Amino acid sequence: MGDVLAGVCDFNELKYQKKKELRRGTRAGSIAIYCANEALVDSGINFAARDKSRVGVYLGVTEHGNVETENEIANIKQYDYDVKFWSHHHNPRTVANNPAGEVTLNLGITGPHYTLGAACAAGNIGFIHGLQMLRLGEVDLAFAGGVSESIHTFGIFASFKSQGALATHAEPTKASRPFDRDRNGIVVSEGGCVYTLERLEDAQARGARIYGEIVGYAINSDASDFVLPNAERQGQCMMAALKKAGITPADIQIINTHATGTKLGDIQECQAIRNVFGDHANVNINNTKSFIGHAMGAAGALELTGNLPAFDDGIVHPTINVENLDPDCAVRGLVLNEPKAIERVNYILNNSSGMLGINSVVIVKRFASDAL
Amino acid sequence: MTREDIRAAIVNIITDIAPDEDLSTLKGDVRLRDQIDLDSMDFLDIVMELRKRYNVEVPEADYMNLATLDSSVDYLEPMLKSR
Repeated sequence: MGDVLAGVCDFNELKYQKKKELRRGTRAGSIAIYCANEALVDSGINFAARDKSRVGVYLGVTEHGNVETENEIANIKQYDYDVKFWSHHHNPRTVANNPAGEVTLNLGITGPHYTLGAACAAGNIGFIHGLQMLRLGEVDLAFAGGVSESIHTFGIFASFKSQGALATHAEPTKASRPFDRDRNGIVVSEGGCVYTLERLEDAQARGARIYGEIVGYAINSDASDFVLPNAERQGQCMMAALKKAGITPADIQIINTHATGTKLGDIQECQAIRNVFGDHANVNINNTKSFIGHAMGAAGALELTGNLPAFDDGIVHPTINVENLDPDCAVRGLVLNEPKAIERVNYILNNSSGMLGINSVVIVKRFASDAL
Repeated sequence: MTREDIRAAIVNIITDIAPDEDLSTLKGDVRLRDQIDLDSMDFLDIVMELRKRYNVEVPEADYMNLATLDSSVDYLEPMLKSR
């Protein structure tokens, strides 16, 4: 492949894992464990006192197993492809639930765990599924979000490159440039984002710091193409989420777009937004991938996180690296290059879409306690 | 390889498989599982490393010979003497 641009995680893997766990497990598992533990500490939950059978782990992933399989093939190649050198660790590393399972092993969680495979919409879907399980009463606490170890598989880079979808730029930090006229693809990133998700009454009862309240969501499918997005379906997904939230397009202050920096994808999403929000002057539109690249299974979760601070400071982060806006992506409300201060952010709408035509939308409301 | 070489080779392998453990006080005649945290997957790792590093095959029926350091050296000595 040669050199490729990638977003790389830099964290202390041994903060929450022993060396042996690290050796036996996967990178995705490691990222998931780190994020879940950090979320737990941040939440202030007294985990020791919790009934672990009432805790669930729901993590979105684009794929899992590619990294390990490529590693094993590279390993046995050294032995002339003799399969007796194939690791006995391969199966537990590659089963699709591995990243979530490693979290349960690490934290002693005996409730349900699995990953949700939903391409680049998976991060949102981790949240949605956690929410659904809480509402059903299946669990009382959910570790929900998404993870990506994708930069460690050359196959993903190679396939994007063959598609002409891998970004290049002399300056790495400028390569991820959704909506820019000269955008030329995606920057793949590894990453993880995990929240502790609870029913509102439980969070309030323990005096939790509430970052936001999920008030609406929707998931739908394009049913049109393996890779090309569908503006009409994306629009329908946003409408469905707004309806579920009981609000209208005029109520949204921030739309965080999915846009990955591909020529066609960015255009389709802008069209979808125009269709749904075109008449509303007060919506602000941005893109977190311009900062962090495309974190695959973690993307939707990380991108929502990039916007939640706006509830506190009223500042909409921009979509950066737009030196020349593509006219086909000109949609009213785009916050370009510089952050924008607005009076108050009440609702954030987070878009994520993925291959095979999966779309997801999560709407988060600023949580104000009754005292305010 | 001498018996000491073989013992050192096995400890070297275990160092990679159980990197959190202190192996300096390992006793030769006590089961490894009773001294450090090793499960069945770890024992398969030992078998795999012997295969990779020394081209030695340990059939499943012989796994119990790897229970202690001393028994491992006894078992492997004829296979590794000429290496």
